Amino acid sequence: MKLPIYLDYSATCPVDPRVAKKMAEQLTMEGNFGNPASRSHLFGWKAEEAVEDARRHVAELVNADPREIVWTSGATESDNLAIKGAAHFYQGKGKHIITSKIEHKAVLDTCRQLEREGFEVTYLNPREDGIVYPEQVEEAMRDDTIVVSLMHVNNEIGVINDIAAIGELCRARKVIFHVDAAQSAGRLPIDLAEMKVDLMSFSAHKMYGPKGIGALYVRRKPRVRLEAQMHGGGHERGMRSGTLATHQIVGMGEAARLVKEEMAAESKRILALRDRFWDQIKDMEEVHVNGSWEQRVAGILNVSFAFVEGESLIMSLKNLAISSGSACTSASLEPSYVLRALGVNDELAHSSLRFSFGRFTTEHDVDTAAAEVRGAVEKLRELSPLWDMYKDGIDLNTIEWAAH
Amino acid sequence: MAYSDKVIDHYEHPRNVGRMDDKADNVGTGMVGAPACGDVMRLQIQVNEDGVIEDAKFKTYGCGSAIASSSLLTEWVKGKTIDEAEQIKNTAIAEELALPPVKIHCSVLAEDAIKAAVRNIREKRGLEVKEEAAE
Repeated sequence: MKLPIYLDYSATCPVDPRVAKKMAEQLTMEGNFGNPASRSHLFGWKAEEAVEDARRHVAELVNADPREIVWTSGATESDNLAIKGAAHFYQGKGKHIITSKIEHKAVLDTCRQLEREGFEVTYLNPREDGIVYPEQVEEAMRDDTIVVSLMHVNNEIGVINDIAAIGELCRARKVIFHVDAAQSAGRLPIDLAEMKVDLMSFSAHKMYGPKGIGALYVRRKPRVRLEAQMHGGGHERGMRSGTLATHQIVGMGEAARLVKEEMAAESKRILALRDRFWDQIKDMEEVHVNGSWEQRVAGILNVSFAFVEGESLIMSLKNLAISSGSACTSASLEPSYVLRALGVNDELAHSSLRFSFGRFTTEHDVDTAAAEVRGAVEKLRELSPLWDMYKDGIDLNTIEWAAH
Repeated sequence: MAYSDKVIDHYEHPRNVGRMDDKADNVGTGMVGAPACGDVMRLQIQVNEDGVIEDAKFKTYGCGSAIASSSLLTEWVKGKTIDEAEQIKNTAIAEELALPPVKIHCSVLAEDAIKAAVRNIREKRGLEVKEEAAE
Protein backbone atom coordinates (compact mmCIF):
# COMPACT_ATOMS: atom_id res chain seq x y z
CA MET A 1 0.00 0.00 0.00
CA LYS A 2 1.18 3.50 -0.80
CA LEU A 3 1.73 5.83 2.15
CA PRO A 4 0.65 8.39 3.13
CA ILE A 5 -2.99 7.71 2.32
CA TYR A 6 -4.56 10.67 0.56
CA LEU A 7 -7.76 11.79 2.32
CA ASP A 8 -7.77 15.44 1.30
CA TYR A 9 -9.85 15.38 -1.88
CA SER A 10 -11.58 18.63 -0.89
CA ALA A 11 -8.25 20.42 -1.09
CA THR A 12 -7.50 19.01 -4.50
CA CYS A 13 -7.87 15.82 -6.51
CA PRO A 14 -5.22 14.03 -8.51
CA VAL A 15 -5.77 14.40 -12.24
CA ASP A 16 -7.51 11.33 -13.60
CA PRO A 17 -5.05 9.48 -15.89
CA ARG A 18 -7.63 9.60 -18.71
CA VAL A 19 -7.72 13.38 -18.33
CA ALA A 20 -3.93 13.67 -18.22
CA LYS A 21 -3.66 11.70 -21.45
CA LYS A 22 -6.02 14.05 -23.28
CA MET A 23 -4.21 17.08 -21.92
CA ALA A 24 -0.86 15.80 -23.09
CA GLU A 25 -2.24 15.59 -26.62
CA GLN A 26 -2.71 19.39 -26.72
CA LEU A 27 0.87 20.49 -26.23
CA THR A 28 3.52 19.51 -28.74
CA MET A 29 4.14 20.12 -32.45
CA GLU A 30 2.57 16.73 -33.18
CA GLY A 31 -0.38 17.57 -30.95
CA ASN A 32 -3.14 20.14 -30.89
CA PHE A 33 -1.05 23.14 -29.80
CA GLY A 34 -2.67 25.90 -31.81
CA ASN A 35 -4.14 29.12 -30.51
CA PRO A 36 -7.93 28.69 -30.47
CA ALA A 37 -8.24 32.34 -31.50
CA SER A 38 -6.27 31.82 -34.72
CA ARG A 39 -8.86 31.95 -37.48
CA SER A 40 -6.56 31.66 -40.49
CA HIS A 41 -5.28 28.09 -40.32
CA LEU A 42 -6.00 24.50 -39.35
CA PHE A 43 -4.03 24.64 -36.08
CA GLY A 44 -6.31 27.34 -34.75
CA TRP A 45 -9.49 25.65 -35.99
CA LYS A 46 -8.55 22.36 -34.38
CA ALA A 47 -7.73 24.02 -31.08
CA GLU A 48 -10.98 25.94 -31.19
CA GLU A 49 -12.88 22.74 -31.81
CA ALA A 50 -11.23 21.11 -28.78
CA VAL A 51 -12.07 24.12 -26.62
CA GLU A 52 -15.69 24.09 -27.76
CA ASP A 53 -16.01 20.35 -27.14
CA ALA A 54 -14.75 20.94 -23.62
CA ARG A 55 -17.17 23.81 -23.13
CA ARG A 56 -20.00 21.53 -24.14
CA HIS A 57 -18.90 18.89 -21.62
CA VAL A 58 -18.83 21.42 -18.78
CA ALA A 59 -22.22 22.80 -19.85
CA GLU A 60 -23.69 19.30 -19.99
CA LEU A 61 -22.51 18.55 -16.47
CA VAL A 62 -24.83 21.27 -15.15
CA ASN A 63 -27.46 21.24 -17.93
CA ALA A 64 -26.52 24.66 -19.29
CA ASP A 65 -25.99 26.08 -22.77
CA PRO A 66 -22.31 25.96 -23.81
CA ARG A 67 -22.52 29.69 -24.59
CA GLU A 68 -23.11 30.26 -20.87
CA ILE A 69 -19.69 28.88 -19.90
CA VAL A 70 -16.75 31.30 -19.52
CA TRP A 71 -13.26 29.89 -18.95
CA THR A 72 -11.29 31.28 -16.04
CA SER A 73 -8.17 30.29 -14.12
CA GLY A 74 -10.15 28.60 -11.36
CA ALA A 75 -12.94 29.06 -8.85
CA THR A 76 -11.19 31.99 -7.17
CA GLU A 77 -11.18 33.96 -10.39
CA SER A 78 -14.73 32.85 -11.16
CA ASP A 79 -15.89 34.13 -7.77
CA ASN A 80 -14.09 37.44 -8.31
CA LEU A 81 -15.49 37.88 -11.80
CA ALA A 82 -19.01 36.94 -10.73
CA ILE A 83 -19.27 39.07 -7.62
CA LYS A 84 -17.23 42.12 -8.62
CA GLY A 85 -18.45 41.89 -12.20
CA ALA A 86 -22.12 41.86 -11.19
CA ALA A 87 -21.72 44.37 -8.37
CA HIS A 88 -19.96 46.83 -10.66
CA PHE A 89 -22.42 46.37 -13.49
CA TYR A 90 -25.57 46.66 -11.38
CA GLN A 91 -24.41 49.23 -8.83
CA GLY A 92 -26.82 51.76 -10.31
CA LYS A 93 -29.67 49.65 -8.85
CA GLY A 94 -28.19 49.40 -5.38
CA LYS A 95 -25.09 48.59 -3.44
CA HIS A 96 -26.13 45.81 -1.06
CA ILE A 97 -24.72 42.27 -1.23
CA ILE A 98 -25.66 39.21 0.82
CA THR A 99 -23.29 36.35 1.53
CA SER A 100 -22.46 34.11 4.50
CA LYS A 101 -19.71 33.90 7.07
CA ILE A 102 -18.63 30.43 5.96
CA GLU A 103 -17.95 31.18 2.32
CA HIS A 104 -14.58 30.45 0.79
CA LYS A 105 -12.02 33.23 1.19
CA ALA A 106 -12.32 33.94 -2.54
CA VAL A 107 -15.85 35.15 -1.85
CA LEU A 108 -15.24 36.74 1.54
CA ASP A 109 -12.18 38.71 0.47
CA THR A 110 -13.92 39.83 -2.71
CA CYS A 111 -16.80 41.11 -0.59
CA ARG A 112 -14.34 42.91 1.71
CA GLN A 113 -12.87 44.62 -1.33
CA LEU A 114 -16.32 45.72 -2.47
CA GLU A 115 -16.95 47.12 1.02
CA ARG A 116 -13.84 49.24 0.59
CA GLU A 117 -15.35 50.46 -2.68
CA GLY A 118 -18.51 51.56 -0.89
CA PHE A 119 -20.73 48.50 -1.18
CA GLU A 120 -22.55 47.19 1.88
CA VAL A 121 -22.34 43.48 2.65
CA THR A 122 -24.48 41.35 4.97
CA TYR A 123 -22.67 38.23 6.20
CA LEU A 124 -25.28 35.67 7.21
CA ASN A 125 -24.49 33.34 10.05
CA PRO A 126 -25.37 29.74 9.21
CA ARG A 127 -27.38 27.82 11.77
CA GLU A 128 -25.68 25.28 14.01
CA ASP A 129 -26.02 22.65 11.31
CA GLY A 130 -23.94 24.75 8.92
CA ILE A 131 -26.82 25.49 6.58
CA VAL A 132 -27.84 28.96 5.42
CA TYR A 133 -31.64 28.76 5.20
CA PRO A 134 -33.72 30.48 2.49
CA GLU A 135 -35.70 32.40 5.12
CA GLN A 136 -32.47 33.90 6.44
CA VAL A 137 -31.68 35.15 2.95
CA GLU A 138 -35.20 36.50 2.55
CA GLU A 139 -35.00 38.39 5.84
CA ALA A 140 -31.70 39.98 4.84
CA MET A 141 -32.98 41.20 1.46
CA ARG A 142 -33.48 44.92 0.99
CA ASP A 143 -34.67 47.11 -1.86
CA ASP A 144 -31.07 47.89 -2.76
CA THR A 145 -29.83 44.26 -2.69
CA ILE A 146 -28.21 43.47 -6.03
CA VAL A 147 -26.24 40.25 -5.46
CA VAL A 148 -26.58 37.16 -3.27
CA SER A 149 -23.52 34.89 -3.20
CA LEU A 150 -23.67 31.55 -1.39
CA MET A 151 -21.78 28.31 -1.74
CA HIS A 152 -23.54 25.12 -2.79
CA VAL A 153 -21.40 22.83 -0.61
CA ASN A 154 -19.11 24.03 2.13
CA ASN A 155 -15.51 22.97 1.62
CA GLU A 156 -14.73 22.35 5.28
CA ILE A 157 -17.85 20.59 6.52
CA GLY A 158 -19.52 19.30 3.34
CA VAL A 159 -22.96 20.67 4.17
CA ILE A 160 -25.33 21.46 1.28
CA ASN A 161 -27.34 24.67 0.93
CA ASP A 162 -30.76 24.62 -0.73
CA ILE A 163 -29.76 26.75 -3.69
CA ALA A 164 -32.89 25.92 -5.64
CA ALA A 165 -35.07 27.56 -2.99
CA ILE A 166 -32.74 30.53 -2.56
CA GLY A 167 -32.68 30.95 -6.33
CA GLU A 168 -36.48 31.30 -6.39
CA LEU A 169 -36.28 34.07 -3.81
CA CYS A 170 -33.61 35.94 -5.72
CA ARG A 171 -35.36 35.66 -9.06
CA ALA A 172 -38.64 36.92 -7.59
CA ARG A 173 -36.82 40.08 -6.51
CA LYS A 174 -34.59 40.31 -9.60
CA VAL A 175 -31.48 39.91 -7.47
CA ILE A 176 -28.44 38.28 -9.10
CA PHE A 177 -27.70 34.92 -7.49
CA HIS A 178 -24.13 33.62 -7.56
CA VAL A 179 -23.26 30.12 -6.34
CA ASP A 180 -19.77 28.81 -5.69
CA ALA A 181 -20.09 25.20 -6.83
CA ALA A 182 -16.40 24.27 -6.59
CA GLN A 183 -17.17 21.50 -4.10
CA SER A 184 -20.48 20.34 -5.54
CA ALA A 185 -20.01 20.14 -9.30
CA GLY A 186 -19.51 16.49 -10.15
CA ARG A 187 -20.57 15.41 -6.67
CA LEU A 188 -24.21 16.45 -6.76
CA PRO A 189 -26.58 16.66 -9.71
CA ILE A 190 -26.93 20.31 -10.80
CA ASP A 191 -29.60 21.38 -13.28
CA LEU A 192 -29.25 25.01 -14.25
CA ALA A 193 -32.21 24.82 -16.61
CA GLU A 194 -34.30 24.18 -13.51
CA MET A 195 -32.51 26.14 -10.80
CA LYS A 196 -32.68 29.90 -10.86
CA VAL A 197 -28.98 30.50 -10.45
CA ASP A 198 -27.49 33.37 -12.45
CA LEU A 199 -23.77 32.80 -11.94
CA MET A 200 -21.98 29.63 -10.88
CA SER A 201 -18.26 29.06 -10.20
CA PHE A 202 -16.47 25.83 -11.05
CA SER A 203 -12.99 24.48 -10.49
CA ALA A 204 -11.40 21.70 -12.55
CA HIS A 205 -9.07 20.34 -9.89
CA LYS A 206 -11.94 19.51 -7.56
CA MET A 207 -13.29 17.14 -10.23
CA TYR A 208 -10.09 15.29 -11.17
CA GLY A 209 -9.03 17.88 -13.72
CA PRO A 210 -5.92 20.07 -13.64
CA LYS A 211 -5.26 23.05 -11.40
CA GLY A 212 -5.21 26.48 -13.03
CA ILE A 213 -8.50 26.18 -14.91
CA GLY A 214 -12.08 26.83 -13.93
CA ALA A 215 -15.24 28.24 -15.36
CA LEU A 216 -18.01 30.66 -14.64
CA TYR A 217 -21.54 29.98 -15.73
CA VAL A 218 -23.21 33.21 -16.84
CA ARG A 219 -26.93 32.91 -17.51
CA ARG A 220 -28.26 34.04 -20.91
CA LYS A 221 -32.01 33.95 -20.20
CA PRO A 222 -32.68 36.19 -18.39
CA ARG A 223 -29.42 37.73 -19.43
CA VAL A 224 -26.89 38.47 -16.73
CA ARG A 225 -24.34 41.21 -17.40
CA LEU A 226 -20.89 41.46 -15.91
CA GLU A 227 -18.20 44.08 -15.96
CA ALA A 228 -15.00 42.36 -17.11
CA GLN A 229 -12.17 42.22 -14.59
CA MET A 230 -9.52 41.17 -17.11
CA HIS A 231 -9.18 43.31 -20.21
CA GLY A 232 -7.44 42.41 -23.44
CA GLY A 233 -8.29 40.60 -26.64
CA GLY A 234 -11.99 40.32 -25.91
CA HIS A 235 -11.95 36.55 -25.51
CA GLU A 236 -14.91 34.78 -23.92
CA ARG A 237 -17.38 37.35 -25.29
CA GLY A 238 -15.42 40.11 -23.62
CA MET A 239 -15.95 38.75 -20.15
CA ARG A 240 -12.47 37.30 -19.69
CA SER A 241 -9.64 38.17 -22.02
CA GLY A 242 -6.54 36.04 -22.38
CA THR A 243 -5.39 33.31 -24.76
CA LEU A 244 -7.29 30.15 -23.98
CA ALA A 245 -5.14 27.43 -22.44
CA THR A 246 -6.21 24.58 -24.68
CA HIS A 247 -4.61 21.76 -22.67
CA GLN A 248 -6.11 23.04 -19.41
CA ILE A 249 -9.53 23.54 -20.96
CA VAL A 250 -9.51 20.13 -22.61
CA GLY A 251 -8.53 18.71 -19.21
CA MET A 252 -11.45 20.35 -17.51
CA GLY A 253 -13.81 19.27 -20.29
CA GLU A 254 -12.71 15.65 -20.09
CA ALA A 255 -12.89 15.72 -16.29
CA ALA A 256 -16.44 17.08 -16.48
CA ARG A 257 -17.45 14.46 -19.05
CA LEU A 258 -16.09 11.62 -16.90
CA VAL A 259 -17.52 12.90 -13.66
CA LYS A 260 -20.96 13.25 -15.23
CA GLU A 261 -20.82 9.71 -16.56
CA GLU A 262 -19.64 8.23 -13.29
CA MET A 263 -21.28 10.49 -10.70
CA ALA A 264 -24.11 8.19 -9.66
CA ALA A 265 -21.91 5.14 -9.13
CA GLU A 266 -19.07 7.16 -7.65
CA SER A 267 -21.24 8.96 -5.10
CA LYS A 268 -22.66 5.66 -3.96
CA ARG A 269 -19.22 4.14 -3.58
CA ILE A 270 -17.84 7.17 -1.69
CA LEU A 271 -20.84 7.27 0.61
CA ALA A 272 -20.20 3.62 1.48
CA LEU A 273 -16.56 4.45 2.23
CA ARG A 274 -17.55 7.42 4.38
CA ASP A 275 -19.94 5.23 6.36
CA ARG A 276 -17.37 2.48 6.68
CA PHE A 277 -14.89 4.99 8.11
CA TRP A 278 -17.37 6.61 10.48
CA ASP A 279 -18.62 3.23 11.73
CA GLN A 280 -15.11 2.55 13.00
CA ILE A 281 -14.81 5.92 14.78
CA LYS A 282 -18.24 6.82 16.08
CA ASP A 283 -18.23 4.70 19.25
CA MET A 284 -15.32 6.71 20.68
CA GLU A 285 -16.18 9.06 23.51
CA GLU A 286 -16.63 12.76 22.77
CA VAL A 287 -16.30 12.56 19.01
CA HIS A 288 -18.59 14.88 17.05
CA VAL A 289 -19.36 15.40 13.37
CA ASN A 290 -19.54 19.09 12.49
CA GLY A 291 -22.48 20.21 10.37
CA SER A 292 -25.76 18.56 9.44
CA TRP A 293 -25.53 14.79 9.15
CA GLU A 294 -28.45 14.55 6.71
CA GLN A 295 -27.77 17.43 4.32
CA ARG A 296 -24.20 16.76 3.24
CA VAL A 297 -22.10 15.44 0.37
CA ALA A 298 -20.70 11.97 0.71
CA GLY A 299 -17.04 12.81 0.47
CA ILE A 300 -16.43 15.28 3.32
CA LEU A 301 -16.43 14.47 7.02
CA ASN A 302 -15.33 17.07 9.57
CA VAL A 303 -14.86 15.55 13.00
CA SER A 304 -14.00 17.09 16.37
CA PHE A 305 -12.08 14.89 18.79
CA ALA A 306 -12.55 16.61 22.13
CA PHE A 307 -9.54 17.04 24.45
CA VAL A 308 -6.90 16.53 21.79
CA GLU A 309 -5.41 19.30 19.71
CA GLY A 310 -5.70 19.10 15.92
CA GLU A 311 -2.15 19.92 14.96
CA SER A 312 -0.64 17.28 17.22
CA LEU A 313 -3.25 14.85 15.98
CA ILE A 314 -2.15 15.46 12.41
CA MET A 315 1.45 15.05 13.53
CA SER A 316 0.76 11.58 14.84
CA LEU A 317 -1.23 10.72 11.74
CA LYS A 318 1.75 11.04 9.46
CA ASN A 319 0.52 8.17 7.30
CA LEU A 320 -2.63 10.13 6.50
CA ALA A 321 -2.82 13.20 4.29
CA ILE A 322 -5.65 15.13 5.94
CA SER A 323 -6.21 18.71 6.99
CA SER A 324 -7.39 20.63 9.99
CA GLY A 325 -9.83 23.03 8.39
CA SER A 326 -9.24 24.02 4.79
CA ALA A 327 -5.85 24.01 3.12
CA CYS A 328 -6.07 27.74 2.60
CA THR A 329 -6.06 28.47 6.32
CA SER A 330 -4.19 25.56 7.86
CA ALA A 331 -0.93 27.53 7.87
CA SER A 332 -2.35 29.79 10.54
CA LEU A 333 -2.80 28.95 14.20
CA GLU A 334 -6.35 30.26 14.28
CA PRO A 335 -9.13 27.72 14.60
CA SER A 336 -11.41 27.44 11.60
CA TYR A 337 -13.65 30.45 10.99
CA VAL A 338 -16.20 28.07 9.51
CA LEU A 339 -16.52 26.02 12.68
CA ARG A 340 -16.59 29.18 14.77
CA ALA A 341 -19.50 30.51 12.74
CA LEU A 342 -21.35 27.27 13.48
CA GLY A 343 -20.95 28.03 17.16
CA VAL A 344 -18.39 25.26 17.73
CA ASN A 345 -16.31 26.38 20.71
CA ASP A 346 -12.65 27.22 20.16
CA GLU A 347 -11.44 24.15 21.96
CA LEU A 348 -13.44 21.77 19.77
CA ALA A 349 -12.56 23.78 16.70
CA HIS A 350 -8.89 23.27 17.56
CA SER A 351 -9.58 19.55 17.77
CA SER A 352 -11.12 19.12 14.34
CA LEU A 353 -9.98 17.20 11.32
CA ARG A 354 -11.39 17.13 7.83
CA PHE A 355 -11.39 13.78 6.06
CA SER A 356 -12.33 13.90 2.40
CA PHE A 357 -12.69 10.79 0.32
CA GLY A 358 -12.58 10.46 -3.45
CA ARG A 359 -12.24 8.48 -6.64
CA PHE A 360 -9.10 6.59 -5.70
CA THR A 361 -9.91 5.92 -2.03
CA THR A 362 -10.17 2.23 -1.17
CA GLU A 363 -11.78 0.28 1.67
CA HIS A 364 -8.31 -0.60 2.85
CA ASP A 365 -7.46 3.12 2.98
CA VAL A 366 -10.39 3.99 5.22
CA ASP A 367 -9.81 0.98 7.47
CA THR A 368 -6.17 1.95 7.96
CA ALA A 369 -7.13 5.57 8.51
CA ALA A 370 -9.76 4.73 11.10
CA ALA A 371 -7.36 2.49 13.04
CA GLU A 372 -4.65 5.17 13.00
CA VAL A 373 -7.07 7.87 14.10
CA ARG A 374 -8.31 5.78 17.00
CA GLY A 375 -4.77 5.00 18.10
CA ALA A 376 -3.61 8.61 17.86
CA VAL A 377 -6.61 10.02 19.70
CA GLU A 378 -6.20 7.49 22.49
CA LYS A 379 -2.49 8.23 22.77
CA LEU A 380 -3.01 11.99 22.87
CA ARG A 381 -5.83 11.73 25.37
CA GLU A 382 -3.47 9.86 27.67
CA LEU A 383 -1.23 12.93 27.35
CA SER A 384 -4.03 15.44 27.80
CA PRO A 385 -4.73 17.16 31.12
CA LEU A 386 -8.14 18.10 29.73
CA TRP A 387 -9.02 14.46 29.25
CA ASP A 388 -8.06 13.80 32.90
CA MET A 389 -10.34 16.61 33.98
CA TYR A 390 -13.17 15.36 31.81
CA LYS A 391 -12.76 11.89 33.30
CA ASP A 392 -12.81 13.44 36.79
CA GLY A 393 -16.14 14.99 35.92
CA ILE A 394 -14.87 18.56 35.81
CA ASP A 395 -16.71 20.89 33.43
CA LEU A 396 -13.95 22.70 31.54
CA ASN A 397 -16.22 25.69 31.03
CA THR A 398 -16.27 26.36 34.79
CA ILE A 399 -12.51 26.87 34.93
CA GLU A 400 -10.97 30.27 34.64
CA TRP A 401 -8.22 29.77 32.13
CA ALA A 402 -5.34 32.17 31.85
CA ALA A 403 -5.60 33.06 28.16
CA HIS A 404 -2.26 33.79 26.59
CA MET B 1 5.34 22.35 8.99
CA ALA B 2 8.70 20.73 9.51
CA TYR B 3 9.52 19.66 13.06
CA SER B 4 13.04 19.20 14.35
CA ASP B 5 14.23 15.68 15.17
CA LYS B 6 14.25 16.56 18.87
CA VAL B 7 10.63 17.70 18.80
CA ILE B 8 9.64 14.53 17.00
CA ASP B 9 11.59 12.38 19.48
CA HIS B 10 9.90 13.99 22.49
CA TYR B 11 6.56 13.88 20.78
CA GLU B 12 6.81 10.21 19.88
CA HIS B 13 8.44 9.19 23.15
CA PRO B 14 7.29 11.73 25.71
CA ARG B 15 9.22 11.52 29.00
CA ASN B 16 7.58 11.55 32.40
CA VAL B 17 3.96 11.55 31.31
CA GLY B 18 1.67 11.28 34.27
CA ARG B 19 -0.08 12.77 37.15
CA MET B 20 0.68 13.24 40.83
CA ASP B 21 -1.67 13.89 43.69
CA ASP B 22 -1.98 17.66 43.58
CA LYS B 23 -3.15 17.70 47.19
CA ALA B 24 0.07 16.08 48.49
CA ASP B 25 2.26 18.39 50.57
CA ASN B 26 5.36 17.62 48.54
CA VAL B 27 3.78 18.17 45.09
CA GLY B 28 3.72 21.47 43.26
CA THR B 29 1.32 21.82 40.33
CA GLY B 30 1.49 24.36 37.54
CA MET B 31 -1.37 24.47 35.07
CA VAL B 32 -1.04 27.08 32.34
CA GLY B 33 -2.60 27.91 29.00
CA ALA B 34 -6.21 27.69 27.85
CA PRO B 35 -8.14 25.22 25.69
CA ALA B 36 -9.40 28.05 23.50
CA CYS B 37 -5.81 28.98 22.64
CA GLY B 38 -4.99 25.41 21.68
CA ASP B 39 -2.63 24.52 24.51
CA VAL B 40 -2.83 23.62 28.19
CA MET B 41 0.14 22.31 30.16
CA ARG B 42 0.04 20.66 33.55
CA LEU B 43 3.45 20.28 35.13
CA GLN B 44 3.88 18.66 38.52
CA ILE B 45 7.00 18.44 40.64
CA GLN B 46 7.69 16.32 43.70
CA VAL B 47 9.98 18.29 46.00
CA ASN B 48 11.90 16.96 49.02
CA GLU B 49 12.65 18.74 52.32
CA ASP B 50 15.79 20.30 50.86
CA GLY B 51 13.89 21.88 48.01
CA VAL B 52 15.25 19.42 45.45
CA ILE B 53 12.92 18.21 42.69
CA GLU B 54 12.91 14.42 42.94
CA ASP B 55 10.39 13.71 40.26
CA ALA B 56 8.41 15.55 37.62
CA LYS B 57 5.35 14.64 35.56
CA PHE B 58 3.45 16.41 32.82
CA LYS B 59 0.41 16.23 30.65
CA THR B 60 -0.10 18.61 27.76
CA TYR B 61 -2.94 19.37 25.42
CA GLY B 62 -1.37 21.13 22.47
CA CYS B 63 0.71 20.88 19.34
CA GLY B 64 3.82 18.73 19.01
CA SER B 65 6.07 21.60 20.05
CA ALA B 66 4.08 22.20 23.23
CA ILE B 67 4.24 18.51 24.12
CA ALA B 68 7.98 18.42 23.41
CA SER B 69 8.62 21.60 25.42
CA SER B 70 6.93 20.18 28.50
CA SER B 71 8.50 16.74 28.09
CA LEU B 72 11.97 18.31 27.86
CA LEU B 73 11.24 20.48 30.87
CA THR B 74 10.48 17.46 33.06
CA GLU B 75 13.88 16.03 32.16
CA TRP B 76 15.63 19.28 32.95
CA VAL B 77 14.04 20.03 36.32
CA LYS B 78 14.66 16.63 37.88
CA GLY B 79 17.50 16.88 40.41
CA LYS B 80 17.43 20.67 40.38
CA THR B 81 16.42 22.75 43.37
CA ILE B 82 13.25 24.77 42.96
CA ASP B 83 15.37 27.93 42.91
CA GLU B 84 17.40 26.57 40.01
CA ALA B 85 14.35 25.25 38.20
CA GLU B 86 12.60 28.58 38.11
CA GLN B 87 15.62 30.10 36.43
CA ILE B 88 15.00 27.97 33.32
CA LYS B 89 14.37 30.29 30.42
CA ASN B 90 12.08 29.69 27.49
CA THR B 91 14.89 30.62 25.12
CA ALA B 92 16.93 27.64 26.30
CA ILE B 93 13.98 25.33 25.60
CA ALA B 94 13.35 26.91 22.22
CA GLU B 95 17.01 26.57 21.32
CA GLU B 96 17.31 22.96 22.46
CA LEU B 97 14.24 21.96 20.43
CA ALA B 98 15.02 24.28 17.48
CA LEU B 99 11.50 25.71 17.61
CA PRO B 100 10.46 27.90 14.68
CA PRO B 101 9.26 31.46 15.48
CA VAL B 102 5.56 30.51 15.37
CA LYS B 103 6.19 27.93 18.09
CA ILE B 104 8.15 30.09 20.54
CA HIS B 105 4.97 30.53 22.59
CA CYS B 106 5.15 26.81 23.43
CA SER B 107 8.47 27.32 25.19
CA VAL B 108 7.09 30.40 26.95
CA LEU B 109 4.24 28.28 28.21
CA ALA B 110 6.72 25.69 29.54
CA GLU B 111 8.61 28.41 31.42
CA ASP B 112 5.30 29.64 32.85
CA ALA B 113 4.46 26.08 33.89
CA ILE B 114 7.59 25.49 35.96
CA LYS B 115 7.25 28.92 37.57
CA ALA B 116 3.65 28.15 38.46
CA ALA B 117 4.59 24.75 39.89
CA VAL B 118 7.38 26.25 42.03
CA ARG B 119 5.04 28.97 43.21
CA ASN B 120 2.49 26.36 44.18
CA ILE B 121 4.94 24.35 46.31
CA ARG B 122 6.22 27.52 47.96
CA GLU B 123 2.67 28.50 48.85
CA LYS B 124 2.02 25.06 50.27
CA ARG B 125 5.10 25.35 52.46
CA GLY B 126 4.39 28.89 53.52
CA LEU B 127 7.53 30.14 51.81
CA GLU B 128 7.84 33.59 50.36
CA VAL B 129 6.59 33.73 46.80
CA LYS B 130 8.76 35.73 44.46
CA GLU B 131 6.89 38.37 42.55
CA GLU B 132 8.30 37.57 39.13
CA ALA B 133 7.14 33.98 39.52
CA ALA B 134 3.58 35.13 39.93
CA GLU B 135 2.85 35.67 36.25
